Amino acid sequence: MDIATLAFSALYQFGDAFAFLVLSACGLAVIFGMMGVINLAHGEFIMCGAYVTAATVHAGLPLPLGILAGTVVSALVGVMVELVVIRHLYDRPLDTIVATWGLSLIATQGTLIMVGSTMAGVGTPFGSFQVGAYSYSIYRIVLFCAALGVLACLYALFNWTRFGVLARATIQVPHMAAALGVDTRLIYSLTFACGAGLAGLAGGLYAPTMTLVPTMGATFIMEAFVTVVIGGADVFLGTAPAGGVLAVVKAAMTSWQGQLFGQIGLLVAVIIVVRVLPKGISGFVLRERT
Amino acid sequence: MSKSVLRGLRAAALTGTLVFGSQLAIAAENPVKLGVLEDQSGDFAAATIGKVHAIQLAADEINKAGGIMGRPLELVTYDTQSDNTRYQEFMRRVLQRDKVDVVFAGFSSASREAYRPIVDQFNGFAFYNNQYEGGVCDGHMIVTGAVPEQQFSTLIPYMMQTYGKKVYTLAADYNFGQISAEWVRKIVKENGGEMAGEEFIPLGVSQFSQSIQNIQKAKPDFVVTLLVGTAQASYYEQAASANVNLPMASSVNVGQGYEHKRFKPPSLKDMYVTTNYIEEIDSPKSKEFYAKFKAKFPSEPYVNQEAENSYLAVYLYKQMVERAKSTKREEIRKVIAMGDVCMDAPEGKVCIDPKSQHMSHTIYLAKVGADHSISFPKVWEDIKPYWLGDAGCDLTKKDPMAQYTPSNPPPKP
Repeated sequence: MDIATLAFSALYQFGDAFAFLVLSACGLAVIFGMMGVINLAHGEFIMCGAYVTAATVHAGLPLPLGILAGTVVSALVGVMVELVVIRHLYDRPLDTIVATWGLSLIATQGTLIMVGSTMAGVGTPFGSFQVGAYSYSIYRIVLFCAALGVLACLYALFNWTRFGVLARATIQVPHMAAALGVDTRLIYSLTFACGAGLAGLAGGLYAPTMTLVPTMGATFIMEAFVTVVIGGADVFLGTAPAGGVLAVVKAAMTSWQGQLFGQIGLLVAVIIVVRVLPKGISGFVLRERT
Repeated sequence: MSKSVLRGLRAAALTGTLVFGSQLAIAAENPVKLGVLEDQSGDFAAATIGKVHAIQLAADEINKAGGIMGRPLELVTYDTQSDNTRYQEFMRRVLQRDKVDVVFAGFSSASREAYRPIVDQFNGFAFYNNQYEGGVCDGHMIVTGAVPEQQFSTLIPYMMQTYGKKVYTLAADYNFGQISAEWVRKIVKENGGEMAGEEFIPLGVSQFSQSIQNIQKAKPDFVVTLLVGTAQASYYEQAASANVNLPMASSVNVGQGYEHKRFKPPSLKDMYVTTNYIEEIDSPKSKEFYAKFKAKFPSEPYVNQEAENSYLAVYLYKQMVERAKSTKREEIRKVIAMGDVCMDAPEGKVCIDPKSQHMSHTIYLAKVGADHSISFPKVWEDIKPYWLGDAGCDLTKKDPMAQYTPSNPPPKP
């Protein structure tokens, strides 16, 4: 086996792990990392996106439009959840755990009762390609590109747009932002919707590759939380390098010793990073070391 | 003052309910109580909701036809949520509080091993209506599901003859997957094959890119997939999209999780499964069962092997109770010891083996086509669960209440 094949396979596995970590995490990075809401229903927003995507594709829509629909519906659900539940809990981060956990149970069981125990898959598009002895799925490359695209969009959104500036101001010093005439309630609402929509996008993107069941959100949530926890408060400067570091560890350990060690390696890496950088990677980058 | 009044009221309410409850029980002519502990939510629900429905169907039929020895059959059902601790909780509850005569419980082997000591401790009587890795030698248990000597001793040699002798196992990382993989290893070796590789996947893992590459690297002739739970089922879609294109063999797929219905063709192309029942089986008995099932539960997505196991288990229990003229476990086991507890099930004739209290089966080799249609290249009739008996487990003489494996067989007397 030549070096180029090996290098490509390592790169592909890294990209695959990176895409999964970043796409799982970016919605949570906004809701938990930025807004401080410990959203245990994150997996259910992902599930919502995946279900809507699959349903619209079954109804005849092309996959990209289906993913868009999944994203939009999740964002709308996010607006409603923010309005009814989260809005009252911004000063009580620990209570958000209980509230969102309850929401996640309701969403999982509600989906089971209303939609049934499984939903038919939509099939992965694009087929495969061959490099050396291995064949790869083209769609996984699409996922990697989507992860990079989402990170770029998030960076642009929060740094270059008026909404981004208002959102960051509102979250940093809410009363000052309000005094300057910012409608902080609206900004909170929109930011939460943005996080929920990103979760829905992750669900939509992964829907063709996975089993669609009410509990599917659970397979994302561990990766999402560890990425955000070690990433820290900044969406772009945290999630991107955290996803990169964890993807290297996970891909290397998995290829060396299998899936179990991949998971162990991931968690050990998280413990070390949290120990060394209590404010996360973005805290380190922004020199906020305590 | 108010406190004592409250307490009095509460006591009155309690005794009232108790009196009322016992009156109800008398009114219902002392029913035979059957506890049903199955996962109706959580990761395993897709494969197990049908079991509950099958038990309801059988109970309805039996009650319509006059019950068991003239006593109605009453179901006490709890949702175990794919959670092992729930099994332990509810097993204690059905045995101690609800005082059921028999319990039908469990999907995953982890859950069975979680509740089995409780059944033993409270001297209960449980049916495990699920295919599994074999080896449970316990007088408190009856197993109606298929075991490795029924599923692998048929499947693996067929696959090795058809596709070649290099085998790769991808298994769920818990007792079921580990012990089943041991069986595969053993049978592959006995047939002169070689293991190209093995990987154990933690439950709940849904991303398989690296595992897929490991398989391609090992270049096996076919892959034995012993993946469990809905998350792990994502493997098929991901392997298909990476164009792995290897035949697959399994004892759990299709027959449990109807992956061929859930995924878009052709992701399960060339999947071979040995199962004792799936709804595609084209015999009059099977069609009759399927029609009855669909009449009662029209929205059931699939009638799988565990549904059939559960359905026939209710009838087997009825037969044993009526022959023993008692719901006592000791009396029922005397009937089993006669060795002729058999019935014509939807799959064909089945009998309970007195030595192991496991069941003989008709084993169907189901092949999934490129369009996800099912064909049956081969059928083995009356395959006995012989391994435990041959290895030295004889429940008619001794009840060790233990689980054995090929590497840990029963102690020789």
